[in-house]
Amino acid sequence: MVTTLKPVDAVIVGFGWTGAILAQQLCDAGLEVLALERGPWRDTSTDFATGFAQDELRYMWRHHLFQNVSDDTLTIRNNVNQTALPMRHLGSFLLGTGVGSGGVHWNGQIWRFLPSDFLTKSHNQERYGKQSVTDYDLTVQDWGVTYDDLEPFYNQFDVLCGTSGKAGNLNGQIQPGGNPFEGARSAEYPTPPMAQTYGPTLFGKAATDLGRHPFPHPTGNLSQPYVNNLGAQIGACTYCGFCEKFGCGNYSKASPQTTVLPYVMAKSNFTLRTESEVLKVELSPGRKQATGVSYVNSAGEEFFQPASLVILSSYILQNVRLLLLSGIGTPYNPQTGLGVVGKNYAYQTMSSVNVFFDDKLINPFIGAGALATVVDDFNGDNFDHSGLGFIGGAYIAGMVTGGRPIEMIYTPQGTPAWGLAWKHAAAKNYLRSFSLSVHGSCMSHRGNYLDLDPTYRDIHGRAMLRMTFDFTDNEHKMSDYLTDRAAEIAKAMNPREIKLNRRTGSWNVVPYQTTHNTGGAIMGDNPTNSVVNKYLQSWDVPNVFSMGAGAFPQNAGYNPTGTVAALAYHSAQAIIQQYLKSPGPLVQA
Amino acid sequence: MDKPVPGRRQFLIGTAVVVGTGLAGVLGTTVRDGELGAPPRSFRGGVPWTEGQADAPPGVSGEDYKFFTPAERMFIEAAVSRLIPNDEVGPGALEANVPFFLDRQLAGPFGRGDHYYLGGPWPKGTPEQGYQSRFSPAQVYRAAIAAIDKHTRANFNGTDFAKLSDDDRDKLLKSMESGSLQLEDGVDAKTFFTMLLQNTKEGYFSDPIYGGNKDMAAWKMIGFPGAHYDYREWVTRHGEPVPFPPVSFKGRPGWNGES
Repeated sequence: MVTTLKPVDAVIVGFGWTGAILAQQLCDAGLEVLALERGPWRDTSTDFATGFAQDELRYMWRHHLFQNVSDDTLTIRNNVNQTALPMRHLGSFLLGTGVGSGGVHWNGQIWRFLPSDFLTKSHNQERYGKQSVTDYDLTVQDWGVTYDDLEPFYNQFDVLCGTSGKAGNLNGQIQPGGNPFEGARSAEYPTPPMAQTYGPTLFGKAATDLGRHPFPHPTGNLSQPYVNNLGAQIGACTYCGFCEKFGCGNYSKASPQTTVLPYVMAKSNFTLRTESEVLKVELSPGRKQATGVSYVNSAGEEFFQPASLVILSSYILQNVRLLLLSGIGTPYNPQTGLGVVGKNYAYQTMSSVNVFFDDKLINPFIGAGALATVVDDFNGDNFDHSGLGFIGGAYIAGMVTGGRPIEMIYTPQGTPAWGLAWKHAAAKNYLRSFSLSVHGSCMSHRGNYLDLDPTYRDIHGRAMLRMTFDFTDNEHKMSDYLTDRAAEIAKAMNPREIKLNRRTGSWNVVPYQTTHNTGGAIMGDNPTNSVVNKYLQSWDVPNVFSMGAGAFPQNAGYNPTGTVAALAYHSAQAIIQQYLKSPGPLVQA
Repeated sequence: MDKPVPGRRQFLIGTAVVVGTGLAGVLGTTVRDGELGAPPRSFRGGVPWTEGQADAPPGVSGEDYKFFTPAERMFIEAAVSRLIPNDEVGPGALEANVPFFLDRQLAGPFGRGDHYYLGGPWPKGTPEQGYQSRFSPAQVYRAAIAAIDKHTRANFNGTDFAKLSDDDRDKLLKSMESGSLQLEDGVDAKTFFTMLLQNTKEGYFSDPIYGGNKDMAAWKMIGFPGAHYDYREWVTRHGEPVPFPPVSFKGRPGWNGES
């Protein structure tokens, strides 16, 4: 039996970063807001307190904070000629769940995309010719929104988080110590950059010697205490080295818990229900309007929650699946190239270079999620791609996020994975090595997409999402070129030896890469090329908004959260200032 | 800096363990590790706070083996002592108590496959599609140990794996690692080897609260200080040795008058 509940103004589906941001914005605008979260309530003092937060086994390897795939996973394959099979265990990406979701166990790497990243098609076409954006069956697009449109909203997220960093471009003026390639900022970072440990410092010196432009990684692991615009207090990071895959016990990593929840949970017009999974967005008979959402809770009770506004703010893979299961928008067909839902799924193209010293104690356990010195000389279109045969790029970071010994012991080229030789290499190199991360873009491709699996079903009987993805030649060429640039910096540090971990072969679900899945609910300037408009509003059902990196038409060479948050604030402002006054499409098709 | 409040961590953990055990007893069922299965809750009017609800790690107790049979235990000891052998540089997996760690892991939620999707159908996948077995980890271990012993008895004059020479065990482990060893009864040797090696390193390097990494000796060998909370004074002291002895969730020798 399905119980119909009292209507609300807005229902928020999934309570991570974007759900928390939209809840705060819409509550402040006076709406009655209900958030439905599939997972449990989580908070610092109860769920990842300092007495037990630094537990590599439990959080990283036993997935204590991640989505439990035993009841619901997705199916995966590299191309349409294969049969997709379930991702039976988390690996390549670590899906979040619960209040705060991935915002609890992220690294806190807060980036803005480059102005040219929002114009991937038109900019590259203009500079490198028409074929540069269609070679290798690329299907890249412009975003329908520009960096300048988003700048105030990027800033809003920095103010919320207290982001630590050094501006490289303040209102068009290049600033010493920052990233000279970044788009113009309207304000300096709220807090100064973190102090750099030995590894990132060596990287910075070597990069400078080579004529590169190193700067401290912008970070949500704060360099000093901060009180944000919502009155939330964030502490100074203690460099314990347990960020990514872990909750911060010290209130010093920006997360929904440390920045938004103390404020929004106290609002009298806000309700949160946990252990409540939305199954479907319900539509009116004409399918032009959402009437609310159906959900089931962990006790098996089913509900229909009527709502005037439906905000999809679950992770991109769930958002896309909900659109497909609800029949919102036309599913993408890779054979014809027609349809949009599921189109342009993309990822992140990662490689690395390990550096080994004899004479330098790196002490990698002194770390933080975004503790790095970075060069952006070869990201996006910051360099001339003529004759290189690819578009896109990567940042290269001398990064020490921690020295967690099950995950992060680097051994030299040729070291076996076990036996005395492995043990001796681990003992010799642990304190004297670190890694350069090459964090590459991933262009969209005709054959990479998301749809519903024909065979596998979740515990509710719904079709699982099916992911068809592989890296294309564009990505391999980009990654090889960038890995070589990283190796140059690594060698300039004069280490005993280095090891290149290139991005080779097909995408593999087993080794962890990043939880930066993008696309499938892409934004654009008209309904034939996109699922949502520049305000993340569904072209087909205008009272449905789809947040998150699903909106990215392709992925840039940066971590996505800053852009995800900026898009959410941009959308919230349009909802409040335009949509609520006159509900309907915010952009005419 | 070197003298934390005596027993603080121990107190936190001790308290939470008692609460957890009590709950499980009252409900009469195992509390499921994961997001589904907790009762639905509704929140309005503020951040909730309930005393005594810290989600502290479960830890392990006892010394007896709960999962491995005596024969399986011999197999595991013979295997992990080759994966991480003992010498003067640092402990072997056996000396670090990894077999006991594995026993407790396989007897618990990990062994049951609580974070694995095990539904069908189960066709063989590509290497890129990762784990595709119907077995839970506990079932993988049990089936693989039996299949490997069957193989060695057939090929080494009736000898179990545990009784083979170091060289023969190394050769077999290498053939599992490469995937060249073919086993019967639905066991994929490479899948088992990958899991065993990963779990062995987990037992070697995880917090001693889980039963391995005895005396934090594996941490001492590499120089990892463990669950330290604050390194601020060392951030810009580049290249200096950090003199902290390792600390676990239950403290370190010297705390609370323990040696």
